[in-house]
Amino acid sequence: MDKNYYGWGLPVDISAHGSQIDQLIIILHLAMAALFIGWSVFLVYTLIRFRARSGHEAVHETRHFKAPTFVEVLVALFEFFLLAAFATPIWLSVRQEFPPDDKALHVRVVAQQFAWNIHYPGEDGIFGRTDPRWMGSANPLGLDGSDPAAKDDITTVNQLHVPVDTPVIVRLSSKDVIHSFTIPVMRVKQDAIPGESIPLWFEAKKTGEFEIACAQLCGIGHYRMRGFFTVDSKEKFGEWLKAEAPQ
Amino acid sequence: MSGHADPGLPFWRKYIFSTDHKVIGVQYAVTGLLFLLFGFGLATLIRWQLAYPGQPLPLIGGWFAESQMLGGIMLPEFYYQLGAMHGTIMVFLGVVPLAVGGFGNFVLPLQIGAPDMAFPKLNLMSYWLYFIGGVIMFASFFVPGGAAQSGWTSYPPLSVIASDGQTWWLIGMAFLINSSLLGSVNFIVTIVQLRADGLSFGRLPFFVWAQFVTAFLLLLAFPPLEAAAVLQLMDRLAHTSFFMPSGLVINDAVVNISGGGNAVLWQHLFWFLAHPEVYVLVLPAMGIVAEVIACNTRKPLYSYKGLVLSAVFIGFMSFIVWAHHMFLTNMGTVMSTFFQVTTMIISIPSVVILTVLVLSLWGGAIRFNTPMLFAIAFLPMFGMGGLTGLPLGLAASDIHLHDTYYVIGHFHYVVAPGTIFALFAGIYHWFPKVTGRRMSETLGKIHFVPSFILMNCIFFPMLMQGLAGVLRRMYDPLQYAHAQAAQPLNVFASAAAWLLALAQIPFILNFFGSLFWGRKTGENPWEATTLEWAAPSPPPHGNFLEAPHVYRGPYEYSPPQAKSGFWPQHVKDPR
Repeated sequence: MDKNYYGWGLPVDISAHGSQIDQLIIILHLAMAALFIGWSVFLVYTLIRFRARSGHEAVHETRHFKAPTFVEVLVALFEFFLLAAFATPIWLSVRQEFPPDDKALHVRVVAQQFAWNIHYPGEDGIFGRTDPRWMGSANPLGLDGSDPAAKDDITTVNQLHVPVDTPVIVRLSSKDVIHSFTIPVMRVKQDAIPGESIPLWFEAKKTGEFEIACAQLCGIGHYRMRGFFTVDSKEKFGEWLKAEAPQ
Repeated sequence: MSGHADPGLPFWRKYIFSTDHKVIGVQYAVTGLLFLLFGFGLATLIRWQLAYPGQPLPLIGGWFAESQMLGGIMLPEFYYQLGAMHGTIMVFLGVVPLAVGGFGNFVLPLQIGAPDMAFPKLNLMSYWLYFIGGVIMFASFFVPGGAAQSGWTSYPPLSVIASDGQTWWLIGMAFLINSSLLGSVNFIVTIVQLRADGLSFGRLPFFVWAQFVTAFLLLLAFPPLEAAAVLQLMDRLAHTSFFMPSGLVINDAVVNISGGGNAVLWQHLFWFLAHPEVYVLVLPAMGIVAEVIACNTRKPLYSYKGLVLSAVFIGFMSFIVWAHHMFLTNMGTVMSTFFQVTTMIISIPSVVILTVLVLSLWGGAIRFNTPMLFAIAFLPMFGMGGLTGLPLGLAASDIHLHDTYYVIGHFHYVVAPGTIFALFAGIYHWFPKVTGRRMSETLGKIHFVPSFILMNCIFFPMLMQGLAGVLRRMYDPLQYAHAQAAQPLNVFASAAAWLLALAQIPFILNFFGSLFWGRKTGENPWEATTLEWAAPSPPPHGNFLEAPHVYRGPYEYSPPQAKSGFWPQHVKDPR
């Protein structure tokens, strides 16, 4: 795993949508820094100019200037600009506008204490039936062996492989407690909630080996619930799928 | 202290089970301060594990049980207990009891010219429910399996399947909630009914307004959490399924419950309290800062009306922002937009309050005594906390920052160098009123300067870690490659945290030393205008020698009519 992806600033972004999020974060921080510095300079200047000293007296005045009202209106307008121009459209495109089903790779991710179960539908494109009754250490997803659609399904633990430049639709769920599926370099983070199947999607633009983390406290092994996220070229991904397919 | 209680009563009625608001206020404040120290102690242990994971804790590592530290090396079970209990203790047992129970109880009746609270016996009961809740929380460390370890937020299903400590946590919370409810009813009735003659709402000190809004928040937001706590308790003890969905498989075994519950429901009920709770932490602090700033700039506040209206508006808005803590629980665009809009709206009155407080300095003759230093430091620190809330309040940027150290840095800026600095300002400001003696200015400044620097050395690195994607609640900070790069920041922040602990020694010495050796003071050492300074220091049982009458607003500093430079609320003619 290449450590150069990570540093003190934002991690490298290899996703199709992440640059929008990063852009928003950067704009926000520039504006915050400008406000904070301008405001601090004013504070320090005020403290020095109006310090108590002999010959200096306080004035019995309350509202000296009108400027603050304008500053506040500006700040409010700026906030709503960010909301309308960035936050809402980004949320809409990331969380709601899914790519067409037939253009995307479909994967199920089922979290449990403390691992990520990955489920590919196999060649038939249909996920086999699963049921809690069949779940066990040998069959963590509880695949029903009698279901013909389950025969070609591919399952892995903690190994999520995806092809580059292809939209991936993940259906996320959990067997036990709430987890949160996180891939920092993909700017992906979504809670995995037992009893719910939550769709999310992303598209990787670069190949490489990265990591999946759990972001929601899920028990004493929470800190080691680490998965691996591999972005392959389309050819390599096909070969990997073949190698992983049940014989 | 001897002046506070009814002199005719035996010792235990005077100082242990007292109904005098001043004794109860001191009880709340001292208990709250002890819990703040204890909760901070837990954080210094957390900082060891984050800076030097897997290395034995030096000096005191051997003091812990084997179920906590093995050969001085912290176990993950204990790490998660520390995390959950640090949060719980700081919020529910430290800051709120000190800010509301301590300052509210002691100062508020004095500031409105009342002889006591409206319901002295409820007040007594409120403190002792809090005390019992605190004992339960503290004792939970010693039950099998240790204290609660599912975070201070206690999200089910994890909290439902956790060890016995969680049951203790829920029962402890029930006591704390009932304590707050009794307290809040008492505060509201006292403010409405017991104001001195002539003290209209428009003449109330801002501190009283802040406590008034806070009391409504506690009264209206806590009952849903109490209901939720009882439901979670039932899920744990009676195996109901309020928060437990069907088909759970834990450790490869199907969980034998009826199911059909909803895990996210808890989060809604919890945050319906816990967001207003943020303003419970902040509003009293703003109240204290306003009092200290008005007094030490020697001029009226920039806009009293702006402050009051903003505080009331915050009170209303704080009930409809809660789900901005839950953007990643599969929220659609409509809901996320609604909560983003309300979140942006609630930031506006906070900005107004901060702006009013800063502009109040303009045109003053600022006295830089210890309370004023802490009050001034509150302003930029709360500003940092508020600004860093923006990227978290916008759902899109929250995707990257959610559950990272950015969140930790953000709310600590609000509460630690924010609220806690304001509480320090309040302690230094009102100590002469409570004890009749002043605290040492020299020790106060030795306390302030390193505390201010070190707080920033702890929490600013957390913001940087958060941007790098470092996740919170990680027992091993080196597990993930993306967190390893930022590890030097952990070492730095930890060193600062331990030094911050040392920097509190001058405060502790000052606090206890001044009780005995502090310079004796008259009723109004700061030449302040509000009513509490019209009572003797310390105020006797019943507070005022004669019932005060109020003639004007709370901040008549440097009026042209008064040669003395201030015109107290209860004084008819200028002096």
